[in-house]
Amino acid sequence: MDLITARGLSKDFIDDVFKKAKTYETVAKKKTAVDDLRGKTLATLFYEPSTRTQLSFQTAMHRLGGDVIGFSDPKTTSASKGERLSDTIRVVEGYSDVIVIRHPLEGSAALAAEYSSIPVINAGDGSNQHPTQALMDLYTISREKKKIDGLTFLIAGDLKYGRTVHSLLYLLAHYKVKVMLYSPPSLPMPQWIVDEVSGRIEVEVVDRLREDADVVYATRVQEERFPDPEEYRKSLYQIDADFVEKLKEDAIIMHPLPRVKEISPEVDKNPRAKYFEQSFYGVPVRMAILSLLVK
Amino acid sequence: MAEEKPNEFLKAKKIETGTVIDHVAKGKAMRVLGVLGIKEDFPGTVTVLMNVPSSHYGRKDIIKIEGRTLEKKELAHIALIAPNATVNTIKKYAVIDKYVVQTPSLIEGVMPCPNPNCITSAEGISRLSVVQAHPLRLKCSFCEKVYGEADLLR
Repeated sequence: MDLITARGLSKDFIDDVFKKAKTYETVAKKKTAVDDLRGKTLATLFYEPSTRTQLSFQTAMHRLGGDVIGFSDPKTTSASKGERLSDTIRVVEGYSDVIVIRHPLEGSAALAAEYSSIPVINAGDGSNQHPTQALMDLYTISREKKKIDGLTFLIAGDLKYGRTVHSLLYLLAHYKVKVMLYSPPSLPMPQWIVDEVSGRIEVEVVDRLREDADVVYATRVQEERFPDPEEYRKSLYQIDADFVEKLKEDAIIMHPLPRVKEISPEVDKNPRAKYFEQSFYGVPVRMAILSLLVK
Repeated sequence: MAEEKPNEFLKAKKIETGTVIDHVAKGKAMRVLGVLGIKEDFPGTVTVLMNVPSSHYGRKDIIKIEGRTLEKKELAHIALIAPNATVNTIKKYAVIDKYVVQTPSLIEGVMPCPNPNCITSAEGISRLSVVQAHPLRLKCSFCEKVYGEADLLR
């Protein structure tokens, strides 16, 4: 099995990941290791910069007793000589038992999976999908809020190119939730994604940061998406201490990180801020994913 | 060409060898030529009749392509743009084969994904699935983006 997209992921698989992640939480917290993937090798192919995703996958594999090979700078690989991704994959599958790939082009993980006989995990393909991030986001919510059904979400930021929010919306469609989408006018959630989920969950486009959410999920507005610096400046938003105080007492604030200005640093100390816990949960969730996929 | 009236026949004379695509939806003839890759450098004569009266569709387009017969996979591409089209293969001025096009569920290796940031453009492959036939909506099997007819012919 591969993990390429959140679209079509079964609820059973999500439940299995959550169950398994719970059992790995202690290992991750105590920074110890188990033998579940001893003798197995993870190849991390990072064609794009990454801090959390790459490090948490590597940590997850080490904590499972496995080994890690890979690269994080494509300039040091044959990709810089023009090697096709399909060729790279056919080489790497001979060296490893599972591949994690991040690539700037959309569809790259799906293509890798076509050419690979070992499991492929998508760690972000252009502006398309980032399914393991969405799984850890959902896991964070289930751990911090103790439930997912019945919650109201505010998802804010660049919803057009933000791959984490695309994947998250597909996963949320498995639950009884309401989702409010807030973005700059030029960066809305792609309509085909809204169309696919709106029959299953309530989706509302909102024109301001709404305080009535149980989960506020903020994402970065990327400067490179705006040809006009003035437009970029006008599109910025910020979750600050004043806004947070208007939220419900038990609301939580999340962010896939890195953040720039979307969440003011003064919010970090507020008990509603859960983005660093969210980052931590990446390890047990990715341990769970690796152990479920690698045989 | 049962529905052609004598005066229309004079406007577009019979072809000796090639293909006649009939029952193309009004205004879609040029798009059909586009998906077939027929441009100004095509060596044969191409005749396009637009807004021809039709008993079934009110108005229709007809395309006559001299010296070119179509492959099966090309019929599927025509169906994407003109789902009611009939394709007649002509030899020695007579119809030797007649097909009603059918919308495929998957189009592989012909139309590129319109997304310039899709891996398929770097790898030289393509696979688009038909999400909806009318109006046409296609989804790239790799980058997952969904496109309408206008996107495909940009």
